[in-house]
Amino acid sequence: MALKGKDILSLREMNPEDIELILSTARSLKEILSRPIKKVPTLRGKVVCTLFYEPSTRTRTSFELAAKYMSADTVSIATATSSVKKGETLADTARNLEVMGIDVVVMRHSVSGACHFLAKVLDVPVINAGDGMHEHPTQGLLDIFTILEYKSKIRGLKVAILGDVLHSRVARSDIFGLTKMGAEVSVAGPNTLLPPEIEALGVKAYNRVEDAVEGADVIYVLRLQLERQTKSLFPSKREYHDFFGLDRKRLRYAKEDAIVMHPGPMNRGVEISTDVADSPRSVILDQVVSGVAVRMAALYLILGGRE
Amino acid sequence: MGKDLLIRGGRVIDPAAKVDEELDVLILEGKIARLDKGITPQEGIEVLDSRGKIVMPGFIDMHVHLREPGFEDKEDIESGTRAAAMGGFTAVACMPNTDPVCDNDSVVARIIKRAREVGLVRVYPIGAVTKGRQGKELSEMGEMRLAGAVGFSDDGAPVASAEVLRCALEYLKRFDAVLIDHPEDKSLSDGGQMNLGLNSTIAGLRGIPREAEEVAVARDILVAKLTGGKLHLAHISTEGSVELVRYARARGIRVTCEVTPHHLTLTDDLVIESGYDTNTKVNPPLRSRKDVEALKQALAEGVIDAIATDHAPHHIDDKWVEYDYAESGISGLETAVSLMIDRLVAPGLISWSRLAELMSLNPARILGVPGGTLVPGSPGDVTIIDPDFEYSVDLRKFESKGKNSPFAGWRLTGAPWATVVEGRVVMKDRSLLS
Repeated sequence: MALKGKDILSLREMNPEDIELILSTARSLKEILSRPIKKVPTLRGKVVCTLFYEPSTRTRTSFELAAKYMSADTVSIATATSSVKKGETLADTARNLEVMGIDVVVMRHSVSGACHFLAKVLDVPVINAGDGMHEHPTQGLLDIFTILEYKSKIRGLKVAILGDVLHSRVARSDIFGLTKMGAEVSVAGPNTLLPPEIEALGVKAYNRVEDAVEGADVIYVLRLQLERQTKSLFPSKREYHDFFGLDRKRLRYAKEDAIVMHPGPMNRGVEISTDVADSPRSVILDQVVSGVAVRMAALYLILGGRE
Repeated sequence: MGKDLLIRGGRVIDPAAKVDEELDVLILEGKIARLDKGITPQEGIEVLDSRGKIVMPGFIDMHVHLREPGFEDKEDIESGTRAAAMGGFTAVACMPNTDPVCDNDSVVARIIKRAREVGLVRVYPIGAVTKGRQGKELSEMGEMRLAGAVGFSDDGAPVASAEVLRCALEYLKRFDAVLIDHPEDKSLSDGGQMNLGLNSTIAGLRGIPREAEEVAVARDILVAKLTGGKLHLAHISTEGSVELVRYARARGIRVTCEVTPHHLTLTDDLVIESGYDTNTKVNPPLRSRKDVEALKQALAEGVIDAIATDHAPHHIDDKWVEYDYAESGISGLETAVSLMIDRLVAPGLISWSRLAELMSLNPARILGVPGGTLVPGSPGDVTIIDPDFEYSVDLRKFESKGKNSPFAGWRLTGAPWATVVEGRVVMKDRSLLS
């Protein structure tokens, strides 16, 4: 089995069969993570390059460990210490890496569409590890994977996505992935942080968090992207928390067995209160484990997928 | 120096004279001398056999960026006028956002001198309204007018202050020149990469609301009413802007407007479909289907006065980058006429005569330049169209240095076949003659 496309750029463009294939592959690869010796030879001789134009802890480490657990070699370019600082263009940087023999590029970039551009520049496959405000497809996949572990289905589940949808690539990937698989998705946040015509993507939009959380099976809290706020979209973090943050009081609107998710890094006391983040309902660390398994699957399938 | 030429056997369309029939056109010493059937050429006169072709007054593109002086890596007067000649234009009006800015008579004179040296099509400089296009102090528009500037604009940027716009419109009355505003409220469009809407939501690109343009159009119209000045709106792109222009017309407010071929043929769907092709990045941005339909309707009804390309050539290095980092603009001179034939005339939305109004007569009238008609005594500037010529747009064949076009590979029918300036054939059979 192999994926349809050369690259993994977005869940909007990924067909449901490919989503299922990655998820089922991740399910069988996840077992490796609990072995005493976490190493299989599957990707021996392959080189995975992570190219990060934005800071990252989870995603980058997750991809690198996923590669290493399958015996691939990894090189990582952090733009702060590379020729990018000298003004080299993305196309030049990437072409240079390609001729050195890398087999796949995993890129994070602050500009939406940068991975689509890179895929046109390169012959080797590109995995989008988050591009601007566009998508973060492997995050979307690991979120679906985590929900499946707890709820064992997606179809018919009520998922509430809360907060800064406007700037969130995670929200977009989750919306496309979850709606494709039959979830009922709602979003809620201040109107300045909800993008226009969002309901045309097949979700319900609310200004009151309680309305979205009502009866939810899954509550997905987005990180308030303070670094992307270029103008006055809300008055203060304190007021944001008061009206739009997830705390115990608002969590009560959800189903008794609802789970709470967050892509990290959290702004504790802003979009999510610490007691909710650390409560038994929180599956935030499970998401991180799923992340490694899903990225192992993604790398495995994109580099040929031979058993 | 004007030349003699006999254009024989074409279908002559001249909206100003209400002519639409097979005629010969005789040009003597660079001026239209006679339109008649079966003109016998004098000894030695050049004859252009135009049977099966459509002969129209020379097309005038009232909004181009020739980039010289200052940005010759993107375009220069020679490459830009070659592109114009290939595209069927006998004249272009070039915007002042050069380096140095065309905000004084010496830059105006330099552009005119260089265009004469190249000697292909007419080049009409447009001077900056304000010094350095900074939007603060009026530039020496009177001296630029004397040096040959035909209009004034801070294009690339709006005249942001309503008071500066008011003063400029009042001041220009003495010089009888048009002020061309680029309508954009920067506070609403700031940081935007594409039209605000579902597609910007999907793409995750910052959106530019239609209202960023419409707020400025409304303001411009009201300042035009206040002053009675001669105001032209550049590249309007939304249904709302069209409504505002209708409002102005209904109240007798003097204002004219233009629309670009790309805003008449493309929508913001293309940003997604093309996988963030930076050739779809343009300001104002590509809008929705609804806006495109409203623009076409307005064009057919006469609400829109002119089609202008906003030819904005860029070097590949300015476009082969991430979307946010790419320059805005489309290299439009060499596809405009074909696009308008294929997408507007062929489907019956506008007539050939209306096309000549939009691309020749009205631009000439708005700018106050000669041409726009073939009545005897007019300049011998003629655009000849082959309505049946079928081809695919090949960017490598562009004369423009700017290969930045989203129309690559488009199959089009109908194209400029010859371009005649002052009786000189500068382009024939889709090839330049110099």
